[in-house]
Amino acid sequence: MAKARTFQDLILTLQNYWAAQGCLILQPYDDQMGAGTFHPATTLRALGPRPWNAAFVQPSRRPSDGRYGENPNRLQHYYQYQVILKPAPENVQELYLGSIRAIGLDPNLHDIRFVEDDWESPTLGAAGLGWEVWCDGMEITQFTYFQQVGGIECDPVCAEITYGLERLAMYVQDVEFVYDLKFNDQFRYGEVFHQNEQEFSAYNFERADTEILFRHFQDAEKQCRELLTGPASGGEQNKKALPLPAYDQCIKASHAFNLLDARGVISVTERAAYIGRVRALAQACCEAWLQTPMGEYRPRFADKDAG
Amino acid sequence: MPDLLLELFSEEIPARMQAGAARDLERLMVGALTDRGYLFEGIKAFAGPRRLTLAIAGLPAKQSDVREELKGPKTDAPQAALDGFLKKTGLSKDQLKVEKTAKGDVYMAVVERKGRETPHVLAEIIPEAMAKLPWPKSMRWKPGLAVRWVRPLHSILCTFDGELVPFSFAGVSSGTHTRGHRFLSEGKIEAKRFDDYAQKLKAAHVVLEAEERAAIIFEGIKQAAFVHGLEMIPDEGLLAEVCGLAEWPVVYVGTIQNEFMDVPAEILQTSMRTHQKYFSLRDPKTGKMANRFALVANMIAKDGGKEIVAGNERVLRARLSDAKFFWDEDRKHSLGSRVEKLKGIVFHAKLGTQFERVERIEKLAGEIAGKIGADMEKSKRAARLAKADLTTGVVGEFPELQGVMGRYYALHDKEDAAVADAVRDHYKPVGPSDAAPADKVSIAVALADKLDALTSFFAAGEKPTGSGDPFALRRAALGIIRILLENKVRYPLKLESDLLSFFADRLKVAIKEKGVRHDLIDAVFSLGNEDDLVRLVARVEALQGFLKSDDGANLLAGYKRAANILKAEEKKDGKTFISEVSEKLLTEQAEKSLFAALTKARAAITAALAKEDFVAAMQQMASLRVPVDSFFEDVKVNADDRSVRENRLSLLASLRATLHQVADFSRIEG
Repeated sequence: MAKARTFQDLILTLQNYWAAQGCLILQPYDDQMGAGTFHPATTLRALGPRPWNAAFVQPSRRPSDGRYGENPNRLQHYYQYQVILKPAPENVQELYLGSIRAIGLDPNLHDIRFVEDDWESPTLGAAGLGWEVWCDGMEITQFTYFQQVGGIECDPVCAEITYGLERLAMYVQDVEFVYDLKFNDQFRYGEVFHQNEQEFSAYNFERADTEILFRHFQDAEKQCRELLTGPASGGEQNKKALPLPAYDQCIKASHAFNLLDARGVISVTERAAYIGRVRALAQACCEAWLQTPMGEYRPRFADKDAG
Repeated sequence: MPDLLLELFSEEIPARMQAGAARDLERLMVGALTDRGYLFEGIKAFAGPRRLTLAIAGLPAKQSDVREELKGPKTDAPQAALDGFLKKTGLSKDQLKVEKTAKGDVYMAVVERKGRETPHVLAEIIPEAMAKLPWPKSMRWKPGLAVRWVRPLHSILCTFDGELVPFSFAGVSSGTHTRGHRFLSEGKIEAKRFDDYAQKLKAAHVVLEAEERAAIIFEGIKQAAFVHGLEMIPDEGLLAEVCGLAEWPVVYVGTIQNEFMDVPAEILQTSMRTHQKYFSLRDPKTGKMANRFALVANMIAKDGGKEIVAGNERVLRARLSDAKFFWDEDRKHSLGSRVEKLKGIVFHAKLGTQFERVERIEKLAGEIAGKIGADMEKSKRAARLAKADLTTGVVGEFPELQGVMGRYYALHDKEDAAVADAVRDHYKPVGPSDAAPADKVSIAVALADKLDALTSFFAAGEKPTGSGDPFALRRAALGIIRILLENKVRYPLKLESDLLSFFADRLKVAIKEKGVRHDLIDAVFSLGNEDDLVRLVARVEALQGFLKSDDGANLLAGYKRAANILKAEEKKDGKTFISEVSEKLLTEQAEKSLFAALTKARAAITAALAKEDFVAAMQQMASLRVPVDSFFEDVKVNADDRSVRENRLSLLASLRATLHQVADFSRIEG
């Protein structure tokens, strides 16, 4: 049980561990998003009856968390490692603890606890019950049993395990400043990302063009709706809904909103309205997803028999 | 007699729900058993991070037999009704009896139900109780099943008299096994009786009883602190919470880095408590917070806790760096400069911003200061600054530190000490165990803050209801009452009548503990002219003392008699008698004496009340007892002569009016 010495070791260890548990090892989604939960492999695949087991790294962007590279552990761009298991296996807590052992944390040497923390994403219309997992008083993982996504009840219920990779690595490597993390044996995390944090903090808080962003939000919202229902006017009837491209637009709208929020141009009252608009998109995408072959579960052979 | 053992083993149950779940499980099982005619010797429920356990002692092996008479349809009712009744009772027609009733002949069935074997009954009622258990928040986890539990349920252990009681809930079949501590034990444990169960669990590093875990933690911290020459700062809420986070609590002590020790203790303590659930320690000699903290782990680590302590210290450093950062940043702007920022904080949709509120409080605090002899400028200054700390980073992070932080920042800005104290203390008293402010400036601002909240919310139609008081207005009114009475502050409240009666209700609660009768408060309050609470309470207390005396009790009886006569006669005559007594029409000696006594007492009572000498006022009333008693003995009120009768009634009205100067005696009970 050697400790994962570097940041990339940590990722590789988790990849190997969850691959061995039968998970698909997916790649990050190529859109900017606030958390791994936004990855369609989580949001959409959590719905419907098809079994699904996947794990992936997801770069996560939280524009308002930018600190110009000066805060010891707050970043506007960081990595989440996400595991999604549907249906939730009965021994899912044990499986999770296996991953903790794999990265070199011995539960008989540390104080590992499951502390109540229910999770909710107002923008995704998603909610679940679970815990934050503590290691010696440090929150290292969010563990959630999804109950609802896109306003739709999950059945079967899936388990979502989200590791904050930098935080976990800081713990394992015994480092107090995120930029001091060993990315590998040659590079520090700061060499890879410190300049990013400086530049993107300036972009998020000062330079992002809010007019363009407002337009992006509206465009994405419009395109999303069109992809789900067909063009509002003059379009052909009976166009097929395209929930996957539509959901991309929902992700884009959400990120545009996060940037506008960081720029401080959205008032408290408007805020709730914008969140509601993104949620409506997410909900519509989820509903459309359930009408597609991968969302809806049809036992293929049984269908033939019935026909 | 046999015992029942039931354990519901699940993934981690939120600490805040454990005690309630144990109580609910016990309540539901007691209800279900009593409904089925069971009596038992004892019951106890236990809750911990992963299990709810119920032990029932002395439960009979068999339910008692039941004989029940059921009334059926009339004999001339349609066949279908009879068939239904037969089906329901499981009897055939020749087993029914016919009974004559007022409405005709009716079928009667005598159903004798043999008492069932207890395990069968248990197998039925336990899953029902589980389904009914009202978790504050629960979840589904079994595919296709709507059944809910707080977190996934893994096993059920259920035995009666040492034998398995077979049933299932949420697809989990009951058995005779459980598990111990998640990390400090291995494999399954078999247990069939409670003593064995508790013993085996202890061996597997699980302390079943929450009270026992609390005692272990309490003692553990006490001893660990003692080693460092320290003592724990008691925190019952935190103790109850950490009890629910460990099956095998182990106390470790860590160190706070020195660089954080000049951050105010309240910040350190709040950060450690809310984020990390650590206990703060202090030096018993100076009372000052020490640079050590106690943490409660769920693990006896094989290295003696070195890693655990080091890890927690590291997490704490990050937490306190954040807190220190806020504390340092906050002091870069003076409190005074922050007042403007309150324009951006909405206090309540109907009541505007915090800034507008501060303007009102400032004005009111100035007025109050003038009336109670507090420094007016300091009171206004303190009121102006009172809410400014709401814009600081520390209060944003820890709202419970409002006021406390304001005082620190005010002192940092070199504000007057009385001003700084008032910024902190104007929220007080926050609860029954909290002290009311005693300094005059603090009193002025605290009264202004609470009065503004009460009058504003009442004016906006946001009065508390029977079930809800979202703006804590009851607490505000009680706070005002305590501040006024404890400091004997004379301040007329000048309130609208609905608010005044709201105060009257709170006042009854507030001084009930002192043994003051609520009917006497009503009697004084209903005079309607008293809004100085100190004077009001003095009057009530004097009245209570008087009524305890012989004279008082007799006078009250005399008053009641007079009032009853007046009520009856006034109804008969259709008019109200006032105190206009004609001296010429007084004939009997007793009525003359009463008239003379009343005239004298009335003037004397008026004078005594003006001097607020309530004891003297009561003595004057006592002087009325003898003349009143003789009046009723010697004088016939309803005289034949109409004008004599009316004059006597006027004399009684005069007695009534005299006593009503002190209190509305009609509201006094007894």
